[in-house]
Amino acid sequence: MAKYIGKRLLYMILSLWMIVTATFFFMRIAPGNPFASEKKLPPEIEANLNAHFGLDKPWYAQYWEYLVRIVNWDFGPSFKYKSQTVNDLINEGFPVSFLLGMEAIFIAVAIGVILGIVAALKHNRWPDYTAMIVAVLGISVPSFIMASFLQYFLAIKMGIFPVARWESFMHSVLPAVALASTPMAFIARLTRSSMLEVLANDYIKTAKSKGLSRGVITVKHTIRNALLPVVTYMGPLTAGILTGSFVIERIFGIPGLGAHFVTSINNRDYTVIMGVTVFYSILLLVSILLVDIAYGIIDPRIKLAGGKKGE
Amino acid sequence: MQISKDKFKVVGTQLGEAERISKPSLSFWKDVFIRFRKNKLALFGLVLLGLLIFMAIFGPYMTPYDYASNDLGNKNQPPSSEHWFGTDDLGRDMFARTWEGARISIFIGVAAAVIDLIIGVFWGGIAGYKGGRTDEGMMRFADILYGVPYLLLVILLMVVLGQGLSTMIIAMSITGWINMSRIVRGQVLSLKNQEYVLAAKTLGANTSRIMSKHLIPNSMGPILVTMTLTIPSAIFTEAFLSFIGLGLTPPIASWGTMANDGLAAMRYYPWRLFFPAIFICLTIFAFNVVGDGLRDALDPRMRK
Repeated sequence: MAKYIGKRLLYMILSLWMIVTATFFFMRIAPGNPFASEKKLPPEIEANLNAHFGLDKPWYAQYWEYLVRIVNWDFGPSFKYKSQTVNDLINEGFPVSFLLGMEAIFIAVAIGVILGIVAALKHNRWPDYTAMIVAVLGISVPSFIMASFLQYFLAIKMGIFPVARWESFMHSVLPAVALASTPMAFIARLTRSSMLEVLANDYIKTAKSKGLSRGVITVKHTIRNALLPVVTYMGPLTAGILTGSFVIERIFGIPGLGAHFVTSINNRDYTVIMGVTVFYSILLLVSILLVDIAYGIIDPRIKLAGGKKGE
Repeated sequence: MQISKDKFKVVGTQLGEAERISKPSLSFWKDVFIRFRKNKLALFGLVLLGLLIFMAIFGPYMTPYDYASNDLGNKNQPPSSEHWFGTDDLGRDMFARTWEGARISIFIGVAAAVIDLIIGVFWGGIAGYKGGRTDEGMMRFADILYGVPYLLLVILLMVVLGQGLSTMIIAMSITGWINMSRIVRGQVLSLKNQEYVLAAKTLGANTSRIMSKHLIPNSMGPILVTMTLTIPSAIFTEAFLSFIGLGLTPPIASWGTMANDGLAAMRYYPWRLFFPAIFICLTIFAFNVVGDGLRDALDPRMRK
């Protein structure tokens, strides 16, 4: 297990190093220099600015400084807004995004698992078909379309929910549901197929012949085992919620990190784009690693496989 | 109980008759098609896909209006007999734009899938066939690249390379091929030790012939499924990028840019969002359902 974690950690660091390096070199080849959009600056001022941001040093020195800064959790300045750093943006926007993301994850997991369980228990009957139609719809409707439809019908037309902004719990319902719709559908499908697989096992037959009640069999023997594969989906789920937040926060006017990120893309604020990308990558890779480790702890069978893999 | 002997008849031994195969022989793909046909949802998806492709080809010719020409006297018209899907803020006909957008979106999906196919088959095929250190090195590289978050990398590339159709396809392909290469590698690994490959080797076939004539054709099923499921994700990515302002530049109509424009005007001119949004969903739905159906039809465990 320790060997497995070590190996995964190494890969994670390599992937991260790759994206940090890529962002660094992309930034250098990106069209225009950071101050190009403004008025023509006197050469002295430009030299001073370059010196301030360290742009006068050779590229390898800049690269090294960049790596050191990332390791020290400093994602750099913003070239458009002189007084703001990427860290400020993250500190300001991420808590909002985190709250919204957690709400969405809760909805996706809770409803997805329930739909999947009901579908499997009523296999090939109408609850199964209904749940699977909901799932196919959830997978086919991209989150930003779901968001705009929800906003149009439930907020603008019927006025049940506020249209936009981030003020109360009611404001968070529509964005969270829109964000949750696609992962919820995946979780429902995953839960259903894994439930069906577990239900076909001999130990379920044994439990039935022992005279255990349906409820006990379902809760203790089926669901507990069937939920294991769902845990593996938590990694892609985090990724989906995170990228989904870019558009959802824009549509609902939520001042989260995703919305800031999209604004910086539209402003071509390169340093912010790079800094936030690196931050998101770290967040994502760490959460995927945590999920994998958690899975290894929950499912004792995986230890064998992990050990074999490591050899 | 008595049974009279004349109720029985000697038929003799007809060995040939017993051995005869009464069922007509089916090729692998016919068999797949028969199983696919039983899946109502997948069949529906296939029909829907056919309709969408038909409209993408012929739709723009069904209306006298052009997708790019402005008509400022008729802007933001609701759907009518004149403009079937209404017009947008520059008076452009939404029907023409929708099907022009279908061409772009489906083209992006197919192009991304084909590039993934080419790179993935080469990479995975060579890694799987060579094995050993080559395999180890190639797949480790793929693993590391796979760790890089897909959409973030695509966004980064679009920012750096600039917006456009070709940059979008390139950005999607840079990590998109990894999934395909893993699947091809798995297939090649399981097939390369089979007797017919040994036979081909004995007959003096070289590596490229074994790959192109034996290993790749026999991996076609999973490759096809992966391609079918790549297309909707590429269509989604295009729409997503357009939505965050990294899409194609006007006057090109893609469903993503149309939906993005429509969103801004949703409150007063909902049809401008509605049509592109509905067709994005329908297309993604159709490809997903066909891909799932194909996977179930190809999976030997499902065979009765």
